[in-house]
Amino acid sequence: MALRHLLLVALALLMVALPAGAPPQAQETIKIGYIDPLSGPFAATGENGLYQFRMAAERINKAGGVLGKKLEIVGFDNKVSPQESLVQLKKVISEGIRFVFQGNSSGVAHAISDAVLKHNQRNPKDRILYLNYSAVDPALTNEKCQYWHFRFDANADMKMAALTDIIKQNKKLTKIYIIGQDYSFGKAVAEAAVKMLGQKRPDLKIVGNELHPIGKVKDFSPYVQKIIASGADAVITGNWGADMINLAKAANEAGLKVPFYTYYAASDGVTAAIGAAGVDRIRLVHESPAPNPKAPTDAAAYYTAYKKLYPKNDVNQPRILTGLEMLAQAINRAKTTDADKVAAALEGAEYTTLNGDRVVMRKADHQLQMPIYISVHTDKNIVFDYDNSGFGLVNESRVELDKATLPTSCKMERPGA
Amino acid sequence: MFELVFFSLLNGLVFGMLLFLLSSGLTLIFGMMGVLNFAHAGFYMLGAYFAFTLTGHIGFWPALVLAPPLVGVAGALVERHGLRRVHRFGHVAELIFTFGVAVLIEEIVQLVWGRVAKSYEVPALLDFPLFTLFETSFPAYKSFMLLISVGIFVFLFLVLTRTRAGLIIQASLTHPSMVGMLGHNVPRVFMVVFGIGSALAGLAGVIAGPVLGTFPGMAQVLGSIVFVVVVIGGLGSLAGAFVASLLIGVLQTFAVALNYSLKDAAAALGIGLAAQSAFADLWTVTIAQVAPILPYLLLVLILVVRPMGLFGTRET
Repeated sequence: MALRHLLLVALALLMVALPAGAPPQAQETIKIGYIDPLSGPFAATGENGLYQFRMAAERINKAGGVLGKKLEIVGFDNKVSPQESLVQLKKVISEGIRFVFQGNSSGVAHAISDAVLKHNQRNPKDRILYLNYSAVDPALTNEKCQYWHFRFDANADMKMAALTDIIKQNKKLTKIYIIGQDYSFGKAVAEAAVKMLGQKRPDLKIVGNELHPIGKVKDFSPYVQKIIASGADAVITGNWGADMINLAKAANEAGLKVPFYTYYAASDGVTAAIGAAGVDRIRLVHESPAPNPKAPTDAAAYYTAYKKLYPKNDVNQPRILTGLEMLAQAINRAKTTDADKVAAALEGAEYTTLNGDRVVMRKADHQLQMPIYISVHTDKNIVFDYDNSGFGLVNESRVELDKATLPTSCKMERPGA
Repeated sequence: MFELVFFSLLNGLVFGMLLFLLSSGLTLIFGMMGVLNFAHAGFYMLGAYFAFTLTGHIGFWPALVLAPPLVGVAGALVERHGLRRVHRFGHVAELIFTFGVAVLIEEIVQLVWGRVAKSYEVPALLDFPLFTLFETSFPAYKSFMLLISVGIFVFLFLVLTRTRAGLIIQASLTHPSMVGMLGHNVPRVFMVVFGIGSALAGLAGVIAGPVLGTFPGMAQVLGSIVFVVVVIGGLGSLAGAFVASLLIGVLQTFAVALNYSLKDAAAALGIGLAAQSAFADLWTVTIAQVAPILPYLLLVLILVVRPMGLFGTRET
């Protein structure tokens, strides 16, 4: 029996990826590409993002659309792989889509950013814009910044500055453990934490700085064991998706009772996984206020409408609406979908979010400037819970826009300059 | 340090025994039919989802009893109406067929249950720390997982070596046509073994779902590692699957706990490695960071040194 051959075929089959096709669409819409994971360990996050984009597009369309046309969101599955994302980007371009949103994984963001830059240099008549709603590696708006990339989420440094301010005030903390996913974002979080804690709390000891492979760890118990063995009294993590769910589960099981300072420990299954064990212990930093204890009327109406459409999901990324509406307004102002003119209209654009915050797209690095919020996982005063679990996030503190603003090292090349 | 070693060992055992539940079915199916069943991890996922739904209606304990047989029936149906027809077109066709089933299961799961992770939780009865040593507690549920998988191992071992049915299965493994000549219905034996193998995978899913998460990617996450276990243990060898499962379980948990790198090893031998060299990235990588690829490294080593696997009898 040619078992060796069989194994070879088996391996080849493992490599085969099923491309997710997009059906042909009717004309007279402005198509917006959405490249994010719609299958695999991070599918839950990507799918909830897609729904929120559809919801946001619906809101814009009801208000009259863009240039008299309707917005249409077209999803492309990249399985959080940079290579797969480039294939999907080619598809996006060949379908005539000129605006691309992506957010999950900074590794993917770097790949798309580079590819968009190259495409725009080679095809000056047919340029595209990359709108990043969630990939927060600071490099994207610093040393690796470029003109065709716009970011609508606060970058990892801005968020870490807010988190470390909170940690600074908690004098009880003496030992910190940092754990994250082994890719550009996880590294950026760890680097920012070490640097900022060094400045704000030089007395704090960093007893662990761990990177684990992204999306591949089945059981986090050994990692939790290591955290316990280190004697840490607080944990910082940028984990998201399945990696956050499993870390939370393992921590609960082993009885790890220290505070967690996180970026994404809520919604898409995470809140349900943390449950009662994390009350008043898990804190999150994010770009828009948590919906509790009281959301502004507009925001509350939006969240309620979303819940009606997608009962299993939650609006956990209000920046999606911010990003899409800012793009729609820029297209309206530019009176064209020409990427050059829309990009120019986006630079320096101001916008008031659903929660009433004024935000500004900084011209120097295309990083949206915004207030930053910290919230805590609890089941008290919850109006909008996550994962239908009864648990949710309640706002604790807010960093004003001018305080949240950080300098940039970005020196971008502008077209025609 | 003792605490770290002790709990790493326990966690390694739990994970290893879970791997065994999965790989035992896979290796039995392979040993008997020569089919590398790609859909195996899919049945594991089905087990978790079935149990999740059943738990909502009738509670965890009835679900624990009912879900694995359901998965087993699904597996038997796939064998009876799919694999058996494909069988005559050879092994490559079978391989592609099971691959197709794996994709199908994942898509069906996403259609029926959605893409969001399910909150399939540890039953309240077992949701307490069994014991607390130093500052770490060991959940009762994990000891329950260990108990179940050890029980299944003993049961399988007894059935295969001590019963008539086990004798027929063993005979069918090596001499299918002879068994057929003796009047046994070999295709039915195949179907039953495929069903039992799937049921075991389903059982693994039922008990692992609450701990490792119940989401559409769960099959993918464990799928490749199970193949590694089966190849290292020796294709078709139950004892091999057992040893390899424990080996990989313990190896992975311990590797995570170790922060040593090549640089440290060199330093211990009195060799200083330059921090600024082009290879600095290579020798500052710690064992903890490469923990997830260690099983695959072991796989390559085994294939080079002992291609039939630890306990296997034929070459892969």
